[in-house]
Amino acid sequence: MTIEQWLEDGKSDAQRRKLPELANLLEGLSRATAALRAADWNDDAERDSYVSALSQPEPPTA
Amino acid sequence: MNTGSITTLAPKVASGALRSERLTEDALAAIASLQPSLNAFITVLADTALRRAREADKEIAAGRYLGPLHGMPISLKDLVDVVGVPTTAASRLREQHIAKRDAPVTSHLKHAGAVIVGKTNLHEFAFGTTNEDSGWGPARHPDDPTRSPGGSSGGSAVSVRAGMALASVGTDTGGSIRIPAAACGIVGLKPAWGEISAEGVVPLSRQLDHVGPLGRSVDDVELLYHVMRGVSPPSTAGMHDSLSGITLATLGGYFKERMSVDVESVVDAAYESIARAGAKLASASLAHAAQIAPVYLHLVLADAAAYHATALEQRPDAYCPKVRLRLEMGRHIMAEDYVRALNGRHVISQEIDAALSHVDALILPALAVEAPPIGAETVAVRGGSEPVRNIMLRCTQPFNLSRHPAISVPCGTTKAGLPVGLQIVANRTHDVLRIARAVERTLAMRA
Repeated sequence: MTIEQWLEDGKSDAQRRKLPELANLLEGLSRATAALRAADWNDDAERDSYVSALSQPEPPTA
Repeated sequence: MNTGSITTLAPKVASGALRSERLTEDALAAIASLQPSLNAFITVLADTALRRAREADKEIAAGRYLGPLHGMPISLKDLVDVVGVPTTAASRLREQHIAKRDAPVTSHLKHAGAVIVGKTNLHEFAFGTTNEDSGWGPARHPDDPTRSPGGSSGGSAVSVRAGMALASVGTDTGGSIRIPAAACGIVGLKPAWGEISAEGVVPLSRQLDHVGPLGRSVDDVELLYHVMRGVSPPSTAGMHDSLSGITLATLGGYFKERMSVDVESVVDAAYESIARAGAKLASASLAHAAQIAPVYLHLVLADAAAYHATALEQRPDAYCPKVRLRLEMGRHIMAEDYVRALNGRHVISQEIDAALSHVDALILPALAVEAPPIGAETVAVRGGSEPVRNIMLRCTQPFNLSRHPAISVPCGTTKAGLPVGLQIVANRTHDVLRIARAVERTLAMRA
């Protein structure tokens, strides 16, 4: 499901349950979900597995 | 008011020069005096505490000394079961709850002779960083009651700082021991995940929850750490751990870019003192630091929603409104995003492992801002505005994801006189404590 569709469904649920403040929270969560989905470790059936996408941390520099 | 630490007071108690009854009476007097303004406790166990203190004095006089916790007044976050006492989790949802048995951590503390003076206030179900959403009202900062003491173990930190207890037990899912310890100017230890049993402790997210101590010195939290695991504490008397030859990496980038200027100034001064004491300072960063908050959010929201789903359906109005909304938000997390977050936790843990592979410990503030005003939704940081919850979790939550042990030790105060905590993260709790003891000693010599 796309984030846009998910957010639309969530807002409808919030409205139905008379929790208007929940809609605002879901807006914020949708941004966090977008950031999570954009991470390079995520699997993608058309690409290599996430293991190869792991970025190595920068080693400490004295 | 009780002003000493457990490890400095214990020899006097052991010798009979200081009675547990006196220490407990002082703690209860501080509670009676300060509870109206600080609201640190949900349940005060005055009668049982005094009875237990008198028993401890008799046991010690009869030669049955149990160790340095014997007769010491301590508090427990009201998530931890004590038989016969409510465990409210600061929620009216659990107002009628009475614990049927002691949590293992409670049992260990009782067996070591600790005197439990009461159950402390917290952010409802530990689901917040400020302690202001509690069914019993907000706990307040001991230096400035218009401010939050941090959370979720806010009442625990206040009780230790204000002389209502000599130490306390808290829990830490995203920073809930280290944040209030930093905000209140005491020491707070999050041991490695699983070292201290979380059985009998109301969960927030079982994969991220850690149980640990708050106290007035590194020696005190080390003592409690061992006792809470059911292990006899080794003597730390005369131990003078040194920073000489230690390599510490400061975490920059993401961890500094939203740090208040005042906090940064205090922390930088601490770094200079640590370097002068012989530690080698390096720098490190985490490649996926920007994804830490989204990963954490998806895990904690979904885990909490699963635990609360039935109660949310049946008694939604029993929750504090903001906590209820966050739990409702968790019910919208999609399974596929939860899996992405689980994978992200793995990636971030590996990066922290790698950063630690080159050094003895990582150091950074425990809390990037001063204790915020109660009721604030945002705080001003470097000309911008940051949501309070996000900014308070920023420096601590990575080590809940990775489950590394971490401690906050006081490292100074801002221009406004509010405490700042320095966080030390290592691979083993033993190393965290060893380095923290040396840092504490170095910073004390500076004063």
